Amino acid sequence: MLDDQAILSRATEIVQAHQGVEGALLPMLHAVQAEFGHVPQAAMPALADAAGVTRAELHGVVSFYHDFREVPAGQVMVRLCRAEACQAMGGDRVAAQVQARLGLDWHETSADGAVTLEPVFCLGLCACAPAAQVNGRLIGRADAARVMAAVAGGQA
Amino acid sequence: MKVFVPLDAAARALGADEVVAALQTEAARRGIELTLVRNGSRGMVWLEPLVEVETPDGRVGFGPMDAASVAQVFDGGPLSLGPVEDLPWMKAQTRLTFARCGVIDPLSVDDYRAHGGCAGLMRALGMDVEGRLAEVTASGLRGRGGAGFPTGIKWRTVAGAVADRKYIVCNADEGDSGTFADRMIMEGDPLSLIEGMVIAGITVGATKGFVYLRSEYPDAIAMMNRAVLVARTAGMLGPSVIGSGLAFDMEIRVGAGAYVCGEETSLLNSLEGKRGVVRAKPPLPALEGFMGKPTVVNNVISLATIPVIFERGAAAYAALGIGRSRGTIPLQIAGNVARGGLFEAAFGMSLGGIVDGLAGGTATGRPVKAVQVGGPLGAYFPRALFDVPFGYEDYAGQGGLIGHAGIVVFDDTADMLAQARFAFEFCAVESCGKCTPCRIGAVRGVETVDRIARGDASAIPLLTDLCDTMKAGSLCALGGFTPYPVLSALTHFPGDFACAREAAE
Ligand SMILES: Cc1cc2nc3c(=O)[nH]c(=O)nc-3n(C[C@H](O)[C@H](O)[C@H](O)COP(=O)(O)O)c2cc1C
Ligand code: FES
Repeated sequence: MLDDQAILSRATEIVQAHQGVEGALLPMLHAVQAEFGHVPQAAMPALADAAGVTRAELHGVVSFYHDFREVPAGQVMVRLCRAEACQAMGGDRVAAQVQARLGLDWHETSADGAVTLEPVFCLGLCACAPAAQVNGRLIGRADAARVMAAVAGGQA
Repeated sequence: MKVFVPLDAAARALGADEVVAALQTEAARRGIELTLVRNGSRGMVWLEPLVEVETPDGRVGFGPMDAASVAQVFDGGPLSLGPVEDLPWMKAQTRLTFARCGVIDPLSVDDYRAHGGCAGLMRALGMDVEGRLAEVTASGLRGRGGAGFPTGIKWRTVAGAVADRKYIVCNADEGDSGTFADRMIMEGDPLSLIEGMVIAGITVGATKGFVYLRSEYPDAIAMMNRAVLVARTAGMLGPSVIGSGLAFDMEIRVGAGAYVCGEETSLLNSLEGKRGVVRAKPPLPALEGFMGKPTVVNNVISLATIPVIFERGAAAYAALGIGRSRGTIPLQIAGNVARGGLFEAAFGMSLGGIVDGLAGGTATGRPVKAVQVGGPLGAYFPRALFDVPFGYEDYAGQGGLIGHAGIVVFDDTADMLAQARFAFEFCAVESCGKCTPCRIGAVRGVETVDRIARGDASAIPLLTDLCDTMKAGSLCALGGFTPYPVLSALTHFPGDFACAREAAE
């Protein structure tokens, strides 16, 4: 774990790398999240300063977007598509099975920090539904077995 | 031996990378030298991963391929499909926007030019601004992002605005369920989008472009970033586009998982680093868009169609289609279908022809119950409306919309009350919160549908009232169009709303 000082100094580097970028806040937030796995509180002052907004305004931006996390995710990120084309191919059933096997509801992370389950509304794989994404890897015609195998692979 | 294996995200989600590894092993075992090209997808998703081999008689296909069956690519076998261009799905299309997608190496400028790429830009450079505007207007092109606004009129407004800076913003947020045309073209022929943005830039006097690309598409993001570098090296982007003295350059920006950021003013706020809340119109983005400057906001497909319009001429494009829906539309056929994928055709196909013909009915083999056209804000169509021709006005006339041309098929196990509930639930999750009819109405909608589900028939008029309020009072189409899926479900499938009531009685 990095301490707050280390986070702030790394965040400051990221911010500086975005100088001159028009509307740089989202690119900076993505870069910070890529670095730390979430947007840590300790990075906020650097981001707020660079974007010229208050801490409260920055919080408003971060919380608006589903992607940005204020707490770290699990080691394996499981995203299951909940949108209509996947529903039409039994996506709800697959989701219920995966939820039961993981013992997780939407947006939850397992107590040991191993797995996070998130819903997603369309991965653009609607012609090979239902769709899932495990640690970035896309799965078409997903079923619970394939999703769980990918989770096991991600933990190994 | 030259072999093509798509790098398209759908092909990869179905095992294309594993097929590549197996092909390489098999070729090495046989002592065959393999030249491997990672192309885009042809759009026949049910055949992905579709492996193609170059032969003197054209490219022959094998699919759906899996790692265990790659020997067939060398020896033939049941997965052999023959010449790809002769497959019925390919022959029946009018591929203009997608002409190169699945054919070329997406990052090869030589391939691109050999297949007509840059011809449109060269022709556009030979015209003056008025000529370019007239060409886009005469093509009849309307926005493919959903609203169907005439592209020529939008460009003319921006061209006529006086400002020190102007922008081209490509809307690549593609949040609608059932749609993947933007993703496919960005992964399979990214240079066509870049060329379209360059033509837009030199026409309206913008020197800078952005692609606002949803974060759910990591492959497309990577491809577009690489394509921008390739285009710069080739002189398509930079201080003097193809030596014309006209400057245009662009950047790829990544969204952050908010559906409403596909709405153009919300998108602009997001691009500026703000919460993605919807702006009241006027002012139009064309006059006060990104950073308050005149801005063209266009969908990926609108922009990627511009090059072929200039290449073939506006008249050739406008000759296709029906009524005020000119040219071609990439239909995206999804959900419960035997054959899903992308099919580019002139406007005018009947829904039945698409669903029963092209798609071959459902994947489950059960009867089709409902078809949602145009994403989560689009109406559910029953079989009784299967003769409606694919066109903007034709769908509007049936209480629906074509949106981004996503077509999602459901079999007879679908529960339309549950689908209506989902429409409200989605709106509640994704509302930007700025206007009350959308923010509160969506939550009330879920509650009202739940009352109906519990057998409370008196909630049905409340539901229609609520839909009227949302339609009339919402700031954008998220709240304004959520009533479409809800009311169409109620109107066309009343049984799904009534049986709950009967069960309770
Ligand atoms: C809630 C909502 C979501 C939208 N999502 C998209 C989208 O993902 N992609 C898109 O191109 N247009 C989307 N639009 C339409 C845009 O507001 C706008 O009309 C379009 O980008 C204009 O480009 P076009 O004229 O080329 O279609 C959306 C509209 C609304 C109300
Ligand atoms: S609806 Fe699930 S991938 Fe598009």
